[in-house]
Amino acid sequence: MEDIEAIVVLQDPVRRQLYEYVVAQDHEVSRNEASEGAGIGRTLAAFHLDKLVDAGLLATESRRLTGRSGPGAGRPAKLYRRSGAEHHVSVPARDYRTAADLLAEVADGARLDVELRAAAAREGRAVRVAAGPIEDLNAVRTVLSTRGYEPRTDADGTVLRLVNCPFHVLSERHPALICGMNLALLEGLLEDTEGLRARLDPQPGMCCVTVESSKNNDD
Amino acid sequence: MAGHHLAQLNVGTLRHPLDDPRTHGFTSMLDTLNDVADRSPGFVWRLVGDGSNDATAVQTTLGADVIVNMSVWESRDSLWDYVYRSGHLDVLRRRAEWFELPKTAFQVMWWIPAGHVPTVEEAVERLRHLRAHGPSPSAFGFRDTYTPEDAGLGVANIDGHDQGPDHRLSATG
Repeated sequence: MEDIEAIVVLQDPVRRQLYEYVVAQDHEVSRNEASEGAGIGRTLAAFHLDKLVDAGLLATESRRLTGRSGPGAGRPAKLYRRSGAEHHVSVPARDYRTAADLLAEVADGARLDVELRAAAAREGRAVRVAAGPIEDLNAVRTVLSTRGYEPRTDADGTVLRLVNCPFHVLSERHPALICGMNLALLEGLLEDTEGLRARLDPQPGMCCVTVESSKNNDD
Repeated sequence: MAGHHLAQLNVGTLRHPLDDPRTHGFTSMLDTLNDVADRSPGFVWRLVGDGSNDATAVQTTLGADVIVNMSVWESRDSLWDYVYRSGHLDVLRRRAEWFELPKTAFQVMWWIPAGHVPTVEEAVERLRHLRAHGPSPSAFGFRDTYTPEDAGLGVANIDGHDQGPDHRLSATG
């Protein structure tokens, strides 16, 4: 499916709501959960969830939720999560990704880590100036949401984990360079913000940086 | 793909000696990182020097100022998650502080029959092969997706010596 067709699928408000609910969860989502989350009937939810799968926006797998197996365990549930595919549309056509990859390739080879981090920190400071005062973790969350990081606050409310890496493809191809850049960007953003700090804490399937409230981390 | 493991070697030329204060940031992280590696899912083995917990004292034909790091993993993904998705990433982020700019490939990986413990000589030979001929099923990098079968390892015999095209490597490398 063409990228533009995948994106058009999200024009339907019900689908958009379902999509946003599924990708905001930290687990795979069943039809029941998605229909409750989006406040619509289960049959309607199932129909639209499968449209999202057809469009390549969600991926699905079947698993038994109860942990039981064998006869009497019931039918496996269909579970939905965000697909790994990326879709973007530019009108007129632009290809910044190829340019970014070539630039990163050269910067990586020449070990321009320090120079790139300095530029990223400047960008972070500029974002902070544009965003206005950032006083607490909630304010950081709002700023990072608009920049695509999909922040999620930990249960105790002191750590912000970033579920989406806005530089995903580049960070897979040039991890040391790009994750260093990303950390510097967020450090620039949080500079002068008392009690909050960005920290490199890479975990599988997440952005490499977390933001934490340092009041509770006096190490 | 049980029956095969992924071996990797990476090398770096230190800007300053190991005991120099300017290298301290690197050496002070080693024990922690090695501990993280040892506890990582899919970790199989890593090279250590005699009476040491790391490989910094291991010398090779690559030069006296070149330090090596070598390990074996169950899969490419387990190695990737350790290298780029653990505290190890911070060392990579700060690599320019401690290591010279590499002029040629500084990392190589290759498939081995499970149970085989690679030698440093074998690893250096793989790196030289990669440097001379570019990526191939015998010696490749993270960007490549060669399988053990590509390397002729589908029919490993009982003493762990592979029978595929790979066996020519030591004769030509």
